[in-house]
Amino acid sequence: MLEIEIDGKKLTVPSGSTVMDAANSIGVHIPHFCYHKKLSIAANCRMCLVQVEKAPKPLPACATPVTDGMKVFTHSDQAVTAQKGVMEFLLINHPLDCPICDQGGECQLQDLAVGYGQSGSRYQEEKRVVANKDLGPLISTDMTRCIHCSRCVRFTEEIAGYQELGMANRGEFTEVLPFIGKTVNSEISGNVIDLCPVGALTSKPFRYSARTWELSRRKSVSPHDGLGANLVVQVKNHKVMRVLPLENEAINECWLADRDRFSYEALNSEERITKPMIKQGGVWQEADWQTALEFVANGLKGVIAEHGRDSVAAVATAHSTVEELFLLRKLMSGLGVDAVETRLRAADFSLKTAGATWLGQPIAELASNEAVLLIGSTLRKEQPLLAQRLRQGVKKGLKLAAINPHADDLLTTKAAELVVRPDQLVEGVLQVLKAVAEIKGIALPTNVDAASIDIPAEARAVAAVLDGKAKAAILLGNLAQQHPRYAEVYAAAAAIAEATGAKLGVLAEAANSVGAQLIGTDAGGDVFAKPRQAYFMLNTEAEFDVQNGAQALAAVQNAKLVVALSSFSSCALEHADVILPVAPFSETSGTFVNMEGRAQSFNGVVRPLGDTRPAWKVLRVLGNLLGFVGFDYTSSEEIRDEALAGDIAPRLSNVLAAPVAVKAQAASGLVRLGEVSLYQADMLSRRAPSLQKTADAAVAAQLRASAATLAKLGLAVGDRARVTQGNGVAELEVAVDAALLDEVIRVSANHPLTRALAAHVGAISVVKA
Amino acid sequence: MLSQESLAQIDRELAKYPADQRRSAIMGALRIAQTEKRYLTNELIEFVASYVRIPPVAAYEVATFYNMYDRKPVGKYKLTVCTNLPCALSGGYTTADYLKQKLGIGFGETTADGKFTLAEGECMGACGYAPVMLVNNHSMCNHMTPDAIDKKLAELE
Repeated sequence: MLEIEIDGKKLTVPSGSTVMDAANSIGVHIPHFCYHKKLSIAANCRMCLVQVEKAPKPLPACATPVTDGMKVFTHSDQAVTAQKGVMEFLLINHPLDCPICDQGGECQLQDLAVGYGQSGSRYQEEKRVVANKDLGPLISTDMTRCIHCSRCVRFTEEIAGYQELGMANRGEFTEVLPFIGKTVNSEISGNVIDLCPVGALTSKPFRYSARTWELSRRKSVSPHDGLGANLVVQVKNHKVMRVLPLENEAINECWLADRDRFSYEALNSEERITKPMIKQGGVWQEADWQTALEFVANGLKGVIAEHGRDSVAAVATAHSTVEELFLLRKLMSGLGVDAVETRLRAADFSLKTAGATWLGQPIAELASNEAVLLIGSTLRKEQPLLAQRLRQGVKKGLKLAAINPHADDLLTTKAAELVVRPDQLVEGVLQVLKAVAEIKGIALPTNVDAASIDIPAEARAVAAVLDGKAKAAILLGNLAQQHPRYAEVYAAAAAIAEATGAKLGVLAEAANSVGAQLIGTDAGGDVFAKPRQAYFMLNTEAEFDVQNGAQALAAVQNAKLVVALSSFSSCALEHADVILPVAPFSETSGTFVNMEGRAQSFNGVVRPLGDTRPAWKVLRVLGNLLGFVGFDYTSSEEIRDEALAGDIAPRLSNVLAAPVAVKAQAASGLVRLGEVSLYQADMLSRRAPSLQKTADAAVAAQLRASAATLAKLGLAVGDRARVTQGNGVAELEVAVDAALLDEVIRVSANHPLTRALAAHVGAISVVKA
Repeated sequence: MLSQESLAQIDRELAKYPADQRRSAIMGALRIAQTEKRYLTNELIEFVASYVRIPPVAAYEVATFYNMYDRKPVGKYKLTVCTNLPCALSGGYTTADYLKQKLGIGFGETTADGKFTLAEGECMGACGYAPVMLVNNHSMCNHMTPDAIDKKLAELE
């Protein structure tokens, strides 16, 4: 510990602290631009100059380590003169366009210029002008405003993992730019907008749509991935104008993924439905709520009376809130319907665990593991901010290994990697299990039949990564959870965890996947395999939210009654009989339970659009209409307290309820690797125009395979290929993907171009179109 | 994009640094690429970056920062005259003016026959031999008085 005195206040700080850290710890503000607590120290803006006793000249607080007995003056004449001098230099080339700048009102340069700037400028010469850059559909640039703090450059390199921005030229000609002809394509790129202390990088979708001081800031929780990033939703005139991160060190730190940040565009989409609609005689008609709800209640009663209660199934995505899912289940059990399902993207429903599957540890502890083994996960696209956390962990010595059907770059160092065919994921895990058993000198569990498995060198390397680590984690991603043999993947992974002492964890696919399990809305199985007479669909689009979208679509098209509770009319119009407009996350109060089992409640940030109602209220009234008892809730909090009564922690468990028989199988031939792309995963991101213009969205529309496989199929990059799977056909542009094994065809799932195809993993045929 | 000899030289540069610090070799790699191709196009910078396995923009930063990397076509002989203080005091500007007048071009320009390019250079660390001039970045000429320039230009045929 070192003693230091700042502005006359004595304190002790750990050795290695900088003057900036010390000042922050006692709440002394030192003006700065380039310093950011999550980024490396650049000390290039010079705004944080302070006076240090016995130092001949002012020193930058962000880069000056504290020495014992140091005396620092942050507001002495020397310090203030230095800071004012720096400010004058910074303003020399900065344009005076604050009135038209989107950063105005939340600009650090503007704020500090008030404190340290002069009323006029002594600079008479011509100001410099810098050409704007195209950074893609999310980030707008006004590069003349740039003060070269290099935060954005350091962010892309250190946090996002790949330096997409750089500082070219030097001296007066310095500019921040991406490589010529490239854009910023990171899935967490939007954070540079927050980092930019001036208006050089601003949000493209938000551009010129409001002034920051007109916006109210309301807290919310991201409805996308299983992380549950905390949001500040900014609204004006009952409309969501933009979304910013709410700092929460335990969850999203100070970052947001682009999906969390820009999906709000869908909330104001033209496709929103604002009035209940009923289809009568094949024609859609607007109805009032009373009529529509009676139609639904009578319809459901009629179908059950005629065909029995097994003829009805209720489905919802796990992007629905705890309250909605709880009432959905309660409503269905009132009707005697057991088939309530939220695991819509699953193909194997046989896994039974002792509790709700979860991350197995707090999110904040993930990066402090010594080793992490990822199984079946396109992590950067599934959980962008978790990938970022692991990247920081690797810098501190975490060893990262993966068993995946692709070798996608995680933009960090992988200590070992086993790439398998998508239909051989179980066998890949078994190879590692066998290697682990060999290292440990133990026998395989009796439920595992891995006699036919040979251990390749890569599997041994993966096993070695986990060996001897006191703190390790094995994480199952979306590709594992959506795998046709998920239970076997899980059981084999659990056996590795058992043998190595690693913690097994499941990366929740959706914002409320854990909550859905706690409520028990995972009891239906594949409700579309055997078509039902009636479907009750909450926030669900059959062809986009269900693994076998084509089969689901056929099932709902042939059903007698389809009730759709949705914020958007577009997809349900084709097959529903009644559409009830329900509120998206921004217009309802609710709760999501994230992957670490943390229940986060939020309030609606704007009032529901048109006649839209929160889904929990709709379900409550339906319960009343059907005459069920226990539907007298007056607030969502009441429902939450009943739904999540007691502690959540004891109800989380990744322990298998019964042993699963795991048996190695052989596979050959062309096989599909179907994954749900980043911006197709849920109703909102599908409808966010800016996200759909990103490079990630473009890649999702391509068929990808190894160069050898393409050559064998007679396909060249840029060709159109016709893909056939089951009865479905899709036509896609061909691209080469070096991260795949031969015979693997990577085709997005639940994508508008591939909606006709069947299961995510399966035999597929490809010809040139 | 580059010859086997150049790639072998870049490999030699890479071998000078630890395996996890390959980006340290980028200056040498760009120099080798420029020596072979005369100047660095964006495509060449991207190729070198991918060979060294760093993001292209990181190589671009380096290529645009240092003035001995040429990003536009240069003549057969690139003459770089130092105009920093010691050279300037010893006649660096006289040297430069003489060259400008003799070749009929200014700094940053190339003669119509594509033979000479004139460039303004920074200190080359040989102030005792001022004024100094570099030919094609690699060979240094001392005491470049007008007579010495005439002699040198005659050699460069």
